[in-house]
Amino acid sequence: MHVALVIGAVAAVVSAVVGVFTVVRGQSFAGHALTDVATTGGSGAFVLNISPLSGFLGAAIFGAGAMELVGVQRVRGRDLATGVVLGAATGLAALFLFLDTTRFATTGATQTILFGSIFTVASSTIPTVAVFSAATIAVIAVIYRPLLLSSFSADLAAARGISLRTVGLLFMLALAVSVGLSSIAIGSVLSTALLIGPAAAALRVTRSLAGALALACGLGVATVWLGVLLAYDSFYWFPNSQGLPVSSFIVALIFAAYLLSGLPVLRRRGERGRTAHGARELSRVGTA
Amino acid sequence: MFSSFMVNAWQAGSIVAVVAGVVGFFVVLRGSAFPAHAIPNGAFAGAAGANLIGVNTLVGLGVFALGAALGIGRLSRRGRADAVTALALVMMLALGAAFLSQSVEYEPEIYSLLFGEILGVSSSQILPVLVLAVACVLAVAALYRRLLLSSIAPEIASARGLRTERIETIFLVIIAAATTMTVPVVGALLIFTLMIGPPAAARCFTNRAGVALGLSVAIALATIWGSLAVAYLTNWPVGFFVGGFSFGWFVLGRLYAAWRRAHLSPRPVVIGA
Repeated sequence: MHVALVIGAVAAVVSAVVGVFTVVRGQSFAGHALTDVATTGGSGAFVLNISPLSGFLGAAIFGAGAMELVGVQRVRGRDLATGVVLGAATGLAALFLFLDTTRFATTGATQTILFGSIFTVASSTIPTVAVFSAATIAVIAVIYRPLLLSSFSADLAAARGISLRTVGLLFMLALAVSVGLSSIAIGSVLSTALLIGPAAAALRVTRSLAGALALACGLGVATVWLGVLLAYDSFYWFPNSQGLPVSSFIVALIFAAYLLSGLPVLRRRGERGRTAHGARELSRVGTA
Repeated sequence: MFSSFMVNAWQAGSIVAVVAGVVGFFVVLRGSAFPAHAIPNGAFAGAAGANLIGVNTLVGLGVFALGAALGIGRLSRRGRADAVTALALVMMLALGAAFLSQSVEYEPEIYSLLFGEILGVSSSQILPVLVLAVACVLAVAALYRRLLLSSIAPEIASARGLRTERIETIFLVIIAAATTMTVPVVGALLIFTLMIGPPAAARCFTNRAGVALGLSVAIALATIWGSLAVAYLTNWPVGFFVGGFSFGWFVLGRLYAAWRRAHLSPRPVVIGA
């Protein structure tokens, strides 16, 4: 229980930080696809008999590199590159899971790998997760300004001598590590939900990027903890005492938060445009 | 290789390939790769729900696919389309996880919904698949010019009075219909692969829309036929070969495009890129 709360909170914070940039850059598809690529690595690790963590992380990093390599700078081309890499990874997953279930009789592998379970995380993984999470946040902090500028205005960033390719690649690496970690810790469904949901909701409510970062972190941690509590409680909801999965609760809470963030009362301050949002950040970065 | 269960597989596979080639051509052109991934994957949850309450799997798939298409179409008018798509997808998967937790579904069933069981297609399944396939292809044919214009030049399309948002929603519904029929045959994950790889490759070989569409169908057929044959010979899963061949075609297409850029002038314009 404690492990679930700690791991969940760490994953929520890292996902929220990376997620805000993912949403601003329009890379939600890559963020989601990397969870599937990472799980392919996880199932491959079963076959090769190496540690699942290196499988998840290795596949995510390799996948991110491939997407960035194939990808074109334009958003459409990037989505296509993501799709092609995802398709190839899916084919491999079909093979790995087939080998897992036929040769090694690891029943339940498909379901565990896809949906994960925050309750089955061993407490020994906490240090590893913490180290990689800190590294991810450090990378984001180091490239914060160039990343911000290239996310809102690629032309301006290029004019100031920022290498878009390097910034893009570094961001994809941070995304890959964060997604790889969270998909092994909390499952691939929850990983995407925590990456995109709180960030998208926060960006609709507040206009400043720092505010969005803080709000997304708070929202992520709150939904995870509330979801874990509800999941515990749900054991008593049905006569067969078959509880509902924790990921279902967390995702439902996140989805509700996103819908709420669209209410006119909350929207008034933010969103009025992405342009206002970007312009303010730009002026701030530009003068710094 | 052509025994009775394989005949069903050849038939179902060919139908699926034609639809994936046609619908996928527009998926690639419009940059709708994410919805094309989200709708079949989310619809998988519908199948789990249908199993739980004991109705036909096709009904569950259809309801969830349609719901996803309409929901994504509606919500993305007021938010970032890709974030909305991601949220709709995880919401449906979370529902699917809740359904699975309440049912006594066992492992192979989940695997087959995700990766399909084309070798287990019964002859009674062919007819509904064929009907939906014809409906999809007819819908694309009826909308062909409008889809093409709104994909390549959305500004011109709206200047001409086309309602691009409505066309987008209709196109998502077409993806949903294609999904409903193909998920039981090739699985949620592989229909996506078939809708992306072959059309993306076809677009590299030619810059004429009609030719690219035909080529996309041809490559999809070659992929599925080749995969079935090799899978039959090796006993490995069909999905692995579909993924591998699709990726191979794409690499081939990109190499050809690069070669053509280097050796031929004038420079070819890849449509929609």
